[in-house]
Amino acid sequence: MRLSELPKNLPATVAGVVDAVADDAIARRLRELGFVAGEPVRIVALAPFGGDPLLVQIGSTRFALRRSEAARVTVASADGAGA
Amino acid sequence: MSALQIALVGNPNSGKTALFNRLTGARQKVANYAGVTIERKEGHYTAPSGRRVRVLDLPGTYSLDAASPDEAITRDVCLGRHPGEPVPDLIVCVVDATNLRLHLRFVLELKALGRPLILALNMIDAAERRGIAIDVEALSRELGIAVVPTVAVHRHGAQALIDRLDAQALPAPQPHPVADLHAEVRRILAVAVSSARDSAATDQAIDRIVLHPVIGLVILAVLMFVIFQAVFAWATPLMDGIEAGFGALGEALGALLPDGVLRSLLVDGIVAGVGGVLVFLPQILILFVFILVLEESGYLPRAAFLLDQLMLRVGLTGRSFIPLLSSFACAIPGIMATRSIADPRDRLTTILIAPLMTCSARLPVYTLLIAAFIPQRTVAGVFNLQGIVLFTLYVAGIVSAMAVAWVIKRLRRDRSEHALMMELPSYRWPHARDIAIGLWERAMIFLKRVGGIILALTVLLWFLSSFPAPPDGATEPAIQYSLAGRIGRLLEVVFAPLGFNWQICIALVPGLAAREVAVASLATVYALSGNEDGLSAIVATQWSLATALSLLAWYVFAPMCLSTLATVRRETNSWRQVWIMAGYLFALAYLASLLTYQIARWLT
Ligand SMILES: Nc1nc2c(ncn2[C@@H]2O[C@H](COP(=O)(O)OP(=O)(O)O)[C@@H](O)[C@H]2O)c(=O)[nH]1
Repeated sequence: MRLSELPKNLPATVAGVVDAVADDAIARRLRELGFVAGEPVRIVALAPFGGDPLLVQIGSTRFALRRSEAARVTVASADGAGA
Repeated sequence: MSALQIALVGNPNSGKTALFNRLTGARQKVANYAGVTIERKEGHYTAPSGRRVRVLDLPGTYSLDAASPDEAITRDVCLGRHPGEPVPDLIVCVVDATNLRLHLRFVLELKALGRPLILALNMIDAAERRGIAIDVEALSRELGIAVVPTVAVHRHGAQALIDRLDAQALPAPQPHPVADLHAEVRRILAVAVSSARDSAATDQAIDRIVLHPVIGLVILAVLMFVIFQAVFAWATPLMDGIEAGFGALGEALGALLPDGVLRSLLVDGIVAGVGGVLVFLPQILILFVFILVLEESGYLPRAAFLLDQLMLRVGLTGRSFIPLLSSFACAIPGIMATRSIADPRDRLTTILIAPLMTCSARLPVYTLLIAAFIPQRTVAGVFNLQGIVLFTLYVAGIVSAMAVAWVIKRLRRDRSEHALMMELPSYRWPHARDIAIGLWERAMIFLKRVGGIILALTVLLWFLSSFPAPPDGATEPAIQYSLAGRIGRLLEVVFAPLGFNWQICIALVPGLAAREVAVASLATVYALSGNEDGLSAIVATQWSLATALSLLAWYVFAPMCLSTLATVRRETNSWRQVWIMAGYLFALAYLASLLTYQIARWLT
């Protein structure tokens, strides 16, 4: 599942970050910000005007990510459904 | 002993600025890096041993793999690759103790450089409050570098760091190649840190309200409205005081000096000009207090989060919000603040529309005209009618900025994806000391600008208005014969369809150079015309409502102060952008005033 599809408040674990284009600078920065395999992750809020960006909590840090950015992150929900 | 040269680096929101302020106090120098316009902050302090320590505050960064020009500066200085910047003797890496999972990765990156490095484990107080226990010994051992806890916002919160720096030279760490930085961070955290409970609970509770799609937007709107009401209401007594002071000064000087050119220059030129500008300092400072408090408390990125989609639709980003908000005080710091927008395209759009945010320099014109034409009345029990008109003018600026940004988005070729990726820091109580230092910095920037350009322009205008002297037996006021009078009459041809009289036309000339001069210029023009009444009274009796509204509309767009254009030139390194900006602003201003005047005349 992609992070952008994760329902709000459902705990999940990061599986990885996928490059959307070759040499994807956005994907690289996401990894640097801690989106790496095994980190617990959760959507804690959706912005007004169409629920974009998402507020993503990873560890105790919160990042605002647009849906297109969050779509680069693959996650597995904590109950084990889909990766 | 030679001075010790240290550089502060760290992730954004690590408390780096607060630590810099704590170490150096007011002994700071703010300049730019050569060639670019990224702020270079340096300060110094004297260590207990008597050794002088020079502190360089580098731009906050998440990684040495730089994603923006200011991150590149930090990388280059740390690597000793920045021309004109000596390699620091020691890198002080500042981390937020409550956010080590994120911040330690950067520490490991720095350590790999193999340069002398010390870790300032900042916000240790907040970590304790949240039940995060950090074994400093273990952390130091696992990292292989010295670790000193600090509380940048407490009086003696940096003492341990100062003492440690003073004690002995710190060795460079042994750089072990680490394959996976994240795994290493996790390993170190497991050894050195234990967290009793979910440490972000308070932030989550606040965010549930502040980021709520409806309540959050209401809070934001109310906040903005309160700020503008406050700027208008609180500043008034201070402004009256400054006005009275300069009036008295002018009179005293006038009484001392013999009648003649010198007296005229001092009283009508310099004192009136400086006073007319200083009088608006209270408004600017009040606005900056609000901006700084919002910034310090962590609210600004939240506002960016709420507004991101809205901004994105017109081709901006949530991050544009902060520079644009700053532009309400002055477009120059606003344009400079666009450096935090990593993306060049988003940045350029933000720069181009920044002057449409109603900067405080336009307040003099607004204030004058509103006071003269809009009755002081209370609407719906609580609102001040004058405040409502002012609010409307601000909204007009914002709406046209959105429209312009939307047009730019349609026109440009590159339509690829550009990232937001913004950290929302923990909420914190703002600290008076950091606000005061920030306020001082900004006040100095404004005053230096005012001191130089505006004084020069006011004197130039006085000269234009005083020479040549009227011929013998002249019947009209002297200014009509002067150079200014002639220029004004020439411009009147262009501006007559907008309802501008020649006095306004004269004031517009220096008003183009710096907007806040316009009112001082009007005062000069009218004072030299032999009118002794207050400017407000003259305007109220001699101008039509249509003219006043037209001038207000003009100033919503206010084609450009030269300082703004100079800043744009510097920031974009392109004259083309400068011309585009000046051209579109002038066109919009002319159009808006023309419509306003013609419609208002038709209605009244
Ligand atoms: N409780 C606490 N707050 C701090 C400390 N250091 C900084 N802060 C606050 O953290 C916020 C961010 O600090 P700032 O210096 O602006 O961070 P920067 O982005 O790294 O420059 C501000 O509201 C500071 O007042 C600290 O040691 N303890």
